[in-house]
Amino acid sequence: MLSQDVTVILPEIMLAIWAMIALMAGAYGPGDKLASALTWATAGVLAVLGLISGFGVGEATAFNGGFVSDGFSRFAKVVILFGAAIMLILSDGYMRRHDLAKFEYPVLIALATLGMMVMVSAGDLMVLYMGLELQSLALYVIAAFRRDSLRSTEAGLKYFVLGALSSGLLLYGASLVYGYSGSTKFSAIAEVAADGGSLGMLFGLAFLCAGLAFKISAAPFHMWTPDVYEGAPTPVTGFFATAPKAAAAALFARVLYDGFGGAVADWQQILAFLAVASMFLGSIAAIGQTNLKRLMAYSSIAHMGFALVGLAAGTEEGARSLLIYLAIYVSMNIGVFAFILTMERDGKPVTEISDLAGLSKARPGQALAMAALFFSLAGIPPLVGFFGKWFVFMAAVEAGLTPLAAAGAVASVIGAFYYLRVIKIMYFDEAGQGLTGSMPLVHGLALGVSALIMGVGWLPVVNLFGVPVLAEAAAASLFH
Amino acid sequence: MSNILTLVTFLPLIGALVLILVLRGEDAAAQLNAKVVALIATTATFLLSLVILGGFDASDTGFQFVEEGEWLLGLNYKLGVDGISVLFVMLTTFLMPIVIGASWGVTHRVKEYMAAFLVLETLMIGVFASLDMVLFYLFFEAGLIPMFLIIGIWGGANRIYASFKFFLYTLLGSLLMLVAMIYMYAEAGTSDIPTLLAYEFSAAPITLLGWHIVGGVQTMLWLAFFASFAVKMPMWPVHTWLPDAHVQAPTAGSVVLAAILLKMGGYGFLRFSLPMFPVASELMTDFVFALSVIAIIYTSLVAMMQEDMKKLIAYSSVAHMGFVTLGIFAANRQGVDGAIFQMLSHGFISGALFLIVGVIYDRMHTRDIAAYGGLAVRMPAFALIFMLFTMGNVGLPGTSGFIGEFLTMAGTFQVSTWAAAGAATGVILSAAYALWLYRRVVLGDLIKQSLSAITDMTGRERLLFAPLVVGTLLLGFYPSLITDLFGPAVQNLVNGVDHAVAEATADGLIQFAGAAPAAGGTH
Repeated sequence: MLSQDVTVILPEIMLAIWAMIALMAGAYGPGDKLASALTWATAGVLAVLGLISGFGVGEATAFNGGFVSDGFSRFAKVVILFGAAIMLILSDGYMRRHDLAKFEYPVLIALATLGMMVMVSAGDLMVLYMGLELQSLALYVIAAFRRDSLRSTEAGLKYFVLGALSSGLLLYGASLVYGYSGSTKFSAIAEVAADGGSLGMLFGLAFLCAGLAFKISAAPFHMWTPDVYEGAPTPVTGFFATAPKAAAAALFARVLYDGFGGAVADWQQILAFLAVASMFLGSIAAIGQTNLKRLMAYSSIAHMGFALVGLAAGTEEGARSLLIYLAIYVSMNIGVFAFILTMERDGKPVTEISDLAGLSKARPGQALAMAALFFSLAGIPPLVGFFGKWFVFMAAVEAGLTPLAAAGAVASVIGAFYYLRVIKIMYFDEAGQGLTGSMPLVHGLALGVSALIMGVGWLPVVNLFGVPVLAEAAAASLFH
Repeated sequence: MSNILTLVTFLPLIGALVLILVLRGEDAAAQLNAKVVALIATTATFLLSLVILGGFDASDTGFQFVEEGEWLLGLNYKLGVDGISVLFVMLTTFLMPIVIGASWGVTHRVKEYMAAFLVLETLMIGVFASLDMVLFYLFFEAGLIPMFLIIGIWGGANRIYASFKFFLYTLLGSLLMLVAMIYMYAEAGTSDIPTLLAYEFSAAPITLLGWHIVGGVQTMLWLAFFASFAVKMPMWPVHTWLPDAHVQAPTAGSVVLAAILLKMGGYGFLRFSLPMFPVASELMTDFVFALSVIAIIYTSLVAMMQEDMKKLIAYSSVAHMGFVTLGIFAANRQGVDGAIFQMLSHGFISGALFLIVGVIYDRMHTRDIAAYGGLAVRMPAFALIFMLFTMGNVGLPGTSGFIGEFLTMAGTFQVSTWAAAGAATGVILSAAYALWLYRRVVLGDLIKQSLSAITDMTGRERLLFAPLVVGTLLLGFYPSLITDLFGPAVQNLVNGVDHAVAEATADGLIQFAGAAPAAGGTH
């Protein structure tokens, strides 16, 4: 039995071993001189694991159903692993230029990614909590990675305190669910929930949702996001905006669909409220921002709101649309952060939106790519971001939540305003001080490819690179 | 040539890609190259589109040149044209070379400018040729991006305000339409337009939040589509983005906006609102008529008082679009024929009027009416062309403007004499503002010092106007040239609406107090 279990979680074990090796190599080897090499090597390991997950087939459980490897978890893992690998590679140049090249960074990223892999495969509340905490603890540390910067340490501390609070809520909810269902296994919980559950279960469910909403920064549990995004070093912000978001949202789906799939009516309203609050808060609060990283923080809040619209549907289409949305969202953010990472003036990183003024003249190619990405973030067709919204709205309408879709439509008009404002500054405004330095090849590649995906993904022969079909198969595995 | 529509649609986009990827530099030679590439691309598109027109069979009321391919989950890439859409495709491909020609004087970021217009052309043709609802939405909405950039980068002093207003106004309307489309998809299980045209959406009354809604689902869907198309059209009172956008846009942008982009609203009414929600359309006729008549009279009066030439023409466009909505929702043969005719004719006339403003703006750099006067003395050719299009705008018999207005009013008269009477008042008012504009700009003595050295139109400018002059007069004298093309399709559409309304009345879903002609369908 054990050997079978080990086979199922082999990718996770490999990543854990790699993290140990990297830690040892850093601690007993030449230390920070290894940082760059370890960064690339870790990215390589993540990418290989991504490929392994991508080509995996079938469905298997380990440890009495505590760990599930199915189409859904593999789809999420591919998004997480490739997102993490690319953000890691993009961080390398920045870290070296700004005195942050420490070997701990790739190690912590590897551990956080390991936590995410466990999260999306969780079939049990204990495994869920283990994965979530492994991820969170690593993230708290990297948020404060620039130790001598007040903003960064503040970000780390804030994230830690609020994150601990949310973990407490989640744990409390988990204990209630366990108490009233008699099991920590999702499959056993689902049986009790489908029979009507009890008030105590409902209470536990609400606390679970609150804890998970913290992790995906859905309003009204979003308070930490802007400060952490702004304070953390930019590569860390970029990482926060991609893989952990996808992992937490997939985990959310896992808990609700596997654990409470028979009691959709119980949580649909919670999700709908979280979705509406996030979409509107993210869109409205972003209008007044002057810092690009803060803007992206509010943008991520709004985007998680749209993803939750799909989740709120509680159907197979809903799970499908969530996965499509996450894949598109991560691809867009990789491109945007590839650019933000290279924003420099006289060797110092700058992140004000006004620093983009006149970009369309100084660097027309990059401005065009950024414009494509921002139009895509705003969800304007034909850019691929629109299709993310199309699928979540469709899932909502098919589940009878037409008003939710209508609210989402209104929120995207408000959201369009601030994305347009960034484009306006790049294209319509006269050049200000401008940016110096040049864009390294990898960043140019990430930005260009990301923009190209958004630009051509809709063409009939490309068909979004087959992602919808894959997501459909992945979502089906949640509903067998 | 089985994929001729795809070719016509995407040829301009290929031109844009060539511009962006191949051309380098900002010197005079590179600028000329960009203009030549754009001109070649648009001209080739026009010539290619003639194949569609030549092979089009007017007696067939279905869709022709249909292409279908795999697309995303549940969606199809499907293109095709029928009698209603084929002429809008032709209007677009016909006007675009003229628009490029009119932009020959641009010197600021020429490559990007031309690329933006080429991308816009692809999107506009796509709107008229799409036979999949989502594909239609994609093209419809994507047009905002290049137009936003055109106004924002190459526009006038207050361009940023205008570009944002244009974008957000239109986006809000469109997103409500998107939700309606998703609902339709969930209901009918397809986004295929021909299938949806045959699908009957329920018109049974429903109660929503305590409101009793006659026409039920159809009415809700109709309103969502109306939100989008009424803004695009634009109808009073959601027209206020148009004067701002027109005034700030560069000349070529104004021409495209007035001549083609506004037509998407009318086309949308004809493609979606009227045939897919016939009962709701019938119920909403009075509402649309009221808005249209207010638009015609009110915006004509507003136009009269404008001091900026572009603003005046923009308001006159809103008034003329009022005739279109009257004709469409009269839902009889004359009305719909007239509405389509009016849209095509307005494409020539308003396009030409904005070009005319561009001609003198290029020379004097002001659009202030008060800055001109007596131009006929030094610009006889200009005066002649301006007069022709002024008459077209007024609706003088012999120009295409007359046919469109006459047919729409004839159609409206059968449904509502009051609405027709209001529209007729608008014709008088249009004569007042158009002729007054002409008098103040062209006639009288040339007394202003600044105008004493103004020159008449160049050969390039005359060449640009030639096709528009021919088009306006040809359609004015020989309207059946195009009415024969869209007539059968319109008859088919009107029959379908009449049939659906008669059925709904028989089922007791709706009642009409007046002597509505709908039930009879006697044509």
